[in-house]
Amino acid sequence: MTLLSVRNLTVTLMTASGPADAVRNLSFDIERGQILGIAGESGSGKTMTALSIMGLLPYKGKASGSINFDGEELVGFKPKDLRRVRGKDVAMIFQDPMTSLHPMLTIETQLTEHLRHHRKVSKGEARARALELLDTVKIPDPKTALKAHPSQFSGGMRQRIAIAMALACQPKLLIADEPTTALDVTVQAGILKLLDELRKSQNLSVIVITHDLGVLSALTNRLMIMYAGAEVESGPTSQVLTRPRHPYTQGLIDALPDSGANGKRLIAIEGMPPELGKFPTGCAFHTRCSFARSECKSGTPNKVDIDGIRRIFCTVDPFDTPAGVNR
Amino acid sequence: MKVLRGTGFFPFIIKRILTSLLLIFGMTFISFCITQLVPGDPVAANLGNSAYSDPEIVAAFEKEFGLDQPVPVQYLRYIQNLSDGNLGISLSSKRPVIDDLREYFPATLEIALIAVVIAMVLGLILGTISAITRDRLPDQIIRVLSLTGVSMPTFWTALVFFYVFFFLLGWSPGSGRLDPGAEPPPQVTGMFTIDAIINGDFATFRQAFSYLLLPAIVLAIYALGVLTRFTRASVLEILGNDYVRTARAKGLPELTVIRRHVLRPALLAIITVAGVAFASLMAGSVLIENVFSWPGLGQYAYRAAVGLDLPGIMGVSMVVATVYITMNLIVDILYRVIDPQLRKAEQ
Repeated sequence: MTLLSVRNLTVTLMTASGPADAVRNLSFDIERGQILGIAGESGSGKTMTALSIMGLLPYKGKASGSINFDGEELVGFKPKDLRRVRGKDVAMIFQDPMTSLHPMLTIETQLTEHLRHHRKVSKGEARARALELLDTVKIPDPKTALKAHPSQFSGGMRQRIAIAMALACQPKLLIADEPTTALDVTVQAGILKLLDELRKSQNLSVIVITHDLGVLSALTNRLMIMYAGAEVESGPTSQVLTRPRHPYTQGLIDALPDSGANGKRLIAIEGMPPELGKFPTGCAFHTRCSFARSECKSGTPNKVDIDGIRRIFCTVDPFDTPAGVNR
Repeated sequence: MKVLRGTGFFPFIIKRILTSLLLIFGMTFISFCITQLVPGDPVAANLGNSAYSDPEIVAAFEKEFGLDQPVPVQYLRYIQNLSDGNLGISLSSKRPVIDDLREYFPATLEIALIAVVIAMVLGLILGTISAITRDRLPDQIIRVLSLTGVSMPTFWTALVFFYVFFFLLGWSPGSGRLDPGAEPPPQVTGMFTIDAIINGDFATFRQAFSYLLLPAIVLAIYALGVLTRFTRASVLEILGNDYVRTARAKGLPELTVIRRHVLRPALLAIITVAGVAFASLMAGSVLIENVFSWPGLGQYAYRAAVGLDLPGIMGVSMVVATVYITMNLIVDILYRVIDPQLRKAEQ
């Protein structure tokens, strides 16, 4: 069953040099209990996609298109109606747990304030729920933790608390924006495992946003690769990562430190990702693509459907061989 | 002194109070040095022309006020007076300076307190509205008003307000602290409104309050402009924080987000400015007190300065410095009340 259906989403932000589209004509779906990964370099529009679902776009940002969540259209929703959905049915955890928790409020206040607002529960019930949540995310000694402030916890613990906060009202969709980027490698695995357990135990749909393909390969069912605000490739995670069809996806995989054989040099994608407001015309990736032809410079890239479950946006489609990439 | 080596809230306060006392003591030395450096002869300033031409009177005057002694001895004499609690004898009023201050200081404190409450409350509200309606109409109106408040010279505002609200509209009873001939309430704090309440005399309270409202508002206008602009800036800064986005992501009503998640951290910065603003209100009320014939510290300071009344000047600077130091102390303590992290960090 489809929980979230995004169609032709375009997000326009106000920059110093005027309005610019940070997300362009994006469409995707998430089923219940599914984990979708969204990957891409910085500035590819991943976070803006997430924030437009939350209705939390930055100052003077605007979303158009359609975001259908559980039967309700979120684009054009009144702020009041958005607040009813936000934090209750859709929750979000942010990149840096050192800054995303309020430094002056106790963990109890931060865990229970939205619970009390949305579910109208008593203080005692909210506290019981908070203890349960801290236990779920494996915070030792939940009773003491409730009275503490975020500064008394490590980064990994804080991210666990942030996850507990997001889960407080039993949301249907959890958006995790770079949930492990700011954490130590050893802590990352624990957080990812926790997210996967929660998905299973609570039938939660999750969107994980990251630039780390390693994180996605371990966790997600489906994967969408973004470049310059638009989708370049999507499909089941294992297929996309083992047999990428878009030159950009191929470039991302080649750039992974452990992808090649030992001693092989890392291959970086030539050039820099384009800045907001300066996206190239045609296929935005053509300026960095070794397969680019003259027709890539204008028009929109061809949409190629593969077996009905995968698609790429590429006019050239250089890896269109039965075995995928021939290496 | 076990308590001094301890950490936590109360040892912190005790330590801060002790350092404040040291600061005040150091301040007496500096202001004494400055008064010694001021050119001018206090004897000439305080004696009439004929008396000044009589060497015997001059000698008697110098002897009476210790002006014939070497400077270090004069300082010791001043410290002696300080510890006796009378702060020396004023050259102009011929009374102990402490008695003068007891009379004039509460008058200024009274309007400054009201002014700072007006400025704080309105400044917080207007600055917050301005920040959350950023670049829209309410913000632009508030920004123009607060800029006007900051840019208008205080003496000019005082004159205009006096003209409009007393002369034209008759809403204000005019200058002074009470109706002519009215009996001030028995002195407890020296602030007529509070003394009237203590005495249970509500008619006098109403009267005193109606007299002090206009000078207090005029005094508040400048501080209000500063506080509004500062509140807007700090609220805007806090609004950009990740934790505010987290609060909004929870779907909380915007008012809750502002009140609980934004204003608390913003208050830390605002209180600092308010503390300094209060102290400068007290020091800067001279012109307003002149327009409203308000018998406060400003008027006293002006007379002491013109008359080269050294003990008087010292007394005033002592009071002003004490107010500044006390405000800083209060701000430091409020910090710890608002921000639990600071308290915890010290334990």
